[in-house]
Amino acid sequence: MLRLEKRPSPSGFWQATTPILAVALTMIAGGLMFAALGKNPFEAIRTIFWDPLFHEQFASYSRPQLLVKAGPLILIAIGLSLGFRAGIWNIGAEGQYIMGALAGAGVGLAFYPAQHWYIFPLMVIAGALGGWAWAMIPAILRTKFNTNEILVSLLLVYVAQNMLASMSIGMMRNPEGGGFPGSRNLSQYPSAANPELIAGTGMHWGVIAAFMAVIAAYILLQRHILGFQIKLAGQAPRAARFAGVNPTALVVMCMGISGALAGLAGMFEVSGPAGQISIDFNVGYGFTAIIVAFLGRLNPIGILLAGLLMALTYIGGELAQFMLGLPAAAIQAFQGMLLFFLLAVDLLTNYRVRIGTRKEAI
Amino acid sequence: MNRRTLLATAALGLGLAFGGSASAAGMDKVKACFVYVGPIGDGGWTFQHEQGRVALEAAYGDKVETAYQENVPEGADAERVLTQMALSGCNIIFTTSFGYMDQTNAVAAKFPNVMFEHATGYKRDSANVSTYNARFYEGRAVQGHIAGKMTKSNKIGYIASFPIPEVIMGINSYYLHAKKANPAVELSVVWAFTWFDPAKEADAAKALIDQGVDVIASHTDSTAPLAEAAKTNGAVIGFGQASDMTEYKDGPRVSSIIDNWAPYYIKRVGALLDGTYAQADAWEGIAGGEVTIGEITAAVPADVKAEAEALRDAIAAGTYHPFTGPINKQDGTAWLAEGEVAPDGDLLGMGFYVEGVTGDIPN
Repeated sequence: MLRLEKRPSPSGFWQATTPILAVALTMIAGGLMFAALGKNPFEAIRTIFWDPLFHEQFASYSRPQLLVKAGPLILIAIGLSLGFRAGIWNIGAEGQYIMGALAGAGVGLAFYPAQHWYIFPLMVIAGALGGWAWAMIPAILRTKFNTNEILVSLLLVYVAQNMLASMSIGMMRNPEGGGFPGSRNLSQYPSAANPELIAGTGMHWGVIAAFMAVIAAYILLQRHILGFQIKLAGQAPRAARFAGVNPTALVVMCMGISGALAGLAGMFEVSGPAGQISIDFNVGYGFTAIIVAFLGRLNPIGILLAGLLMALTYIGGELAQFMLGLPAAAIQAFQGMLLFFLLAVDLLTNYRVRIGTRKEAI
Repeated sequence: MNRRTLLATAALGLGLAFGGSASAAGMDKVKACFVYVGPIGDGGWTFQHEQGRVALEAAYGDKVETAYQENVPEGADAERVLTQMALSGCNIIFTTSFGYMDQTNAVAAKFPNVMFEHATGYKRDSANVSTYNARFYEGRAVQGHIAGKMTKSNKIGYIASFPIPEVIMGINSYYLHAKKANPAVELSVVWAFTWFDPAKEADAAKALIDQGVDVIASHTDSTAPLAEAAKTNGAVIGFGQASDMTEYKDGPRVSSIIDNWAPYYIKRVGALLDGTYAQADAWEGIAGGEVTIGEITAAVPADVKAEAEALRDAIAAGTYHPFTGPINKQDGTAWLAEGEVAPDGDLLGMGFYVEGVTGDIPN
């Protein structure tokens, strides 16, 4: 007879092991799914996890792409993880990502075609402010009117998407674009471009910002009083109140940081890899970052690794699609399995599996 | 697998060594790759390109190998997909949506020995980029005639995707021929701003039906508008778009425009195989078989059906052009004089409605 027994405190061993176990289980279940689709499961798994890194033909191209794809995921996930640790649930990073991109691109486009060194830095500031301001709406509604920030931040994503569509066909549309929605290409406008800094590495300012965010978050959580307050508020809200943590300030702070980082991610994306504001600009980084944050155990180093892993499944998934003819939906299901197994094996962190019936008499 | 890629690399090396592109000498085997904007099961645009790919495999058997990727967003992801395809040894890559235009040209510049074919675009920045399109406005003329004759409310609708010349051309052709068949007709255009989003397409159809529209044409990729029309129990009719959409034949679908890409794909890959490949800008219509009018069902009276088929045949024979003057622009200024036929350049850059269409092109 299997029985679950709650651990007195979460197991450190399982906390570190479950992500690896989840990846392994995803490979097994995904392999079965690929086999059911009539593909060689070993070849499929190799194409997803191995080929983007080490394939002689693709790797030199796809390794840098890994950073391009992981950069925004890590940047957003770091911001989200701070709030998640404190029990503040910002689900609307996708919207903040869009608003950051719109604000950043707006500044860049306003200067077009002038060439000044200060345009890009101004865009960075505008991008962060755009995301921050969008996150302040659920933050203030929660602190003033006690609304649910999960709902408000999520619903604001749809508002942001409509703003994006309206900007793409209206104010920001490229006047030389032949009627097609979308702004001018910022990556072809040197003062506003976020180019690849060292050719062939995929390294752009957004990736650097992501690494800086990882380091800053690590220090914040280990050394800074705010990090202590965040952790305390998440683990023991009442104790946090007694310890002098101001819940209102904490909500505003956590939502603000996550919004600003999501906005930055959007701004770096629109001025670099994406190049322009378009209706389909957002491809779900804000939502995928939630998976990345949890896959990384809300730990900055973990998020760095989880972001790279997630990027790998995207790029490897694309390879598997056209090399092996796997359907796009199978790749999405594969990524979904990853989160599913992670949450499932998370049980082991807080519970102990016991075999046999309870011995103690009551 | 390894041997094949080795051979492909060797072939590429040889091509470089002799200073000519692979097309000059002909090839023993071609790998053709396709990039799709929607899922292959969309029942419309992407489905038809997929049919073309399947026909291509059937036509050449062992001499052709194909691969495809579906659901590729029109943005940064497309560039990566194209690069990976070029790296994987594709000899010719068909990019099947307008929004891949910049990515196609950017990647093509980096792989001069890989041929790129961009559907519905107009940029051919390097010698290895060709464009291909079909004269869908010819089919729209036939649809417009049927719509004008069939409407009882005199209100017809059009679900448009993006305000690009391709789409505006279709709206104008549809309206001109509906108006010719029924001078009282009014056209409502709804912009969905998507190629494939069944929910949005259904919403657009619903909005048109709520306005009293009883004939709906669409320029999006899914069957959702027909599904919405089917809910009205015969009060509203529509057309198959891009694909025949025969599953609605007993319901709202009275005819269709079928995109038939197979002849083009077979021709281009064949040219690569026998060494006659050259950069091209293809724009065929009903006459060339790229645009086919799907069966006109019994829901359409026999005389209307006969007129529509006569119109189709006149266009195919080249005796009638859907844009023949006199035609004024929406603002009343003259565009084509009596008997004048629209030059292709005007059509490819079309950014205005013709006289009588209400509403503005979004900008």
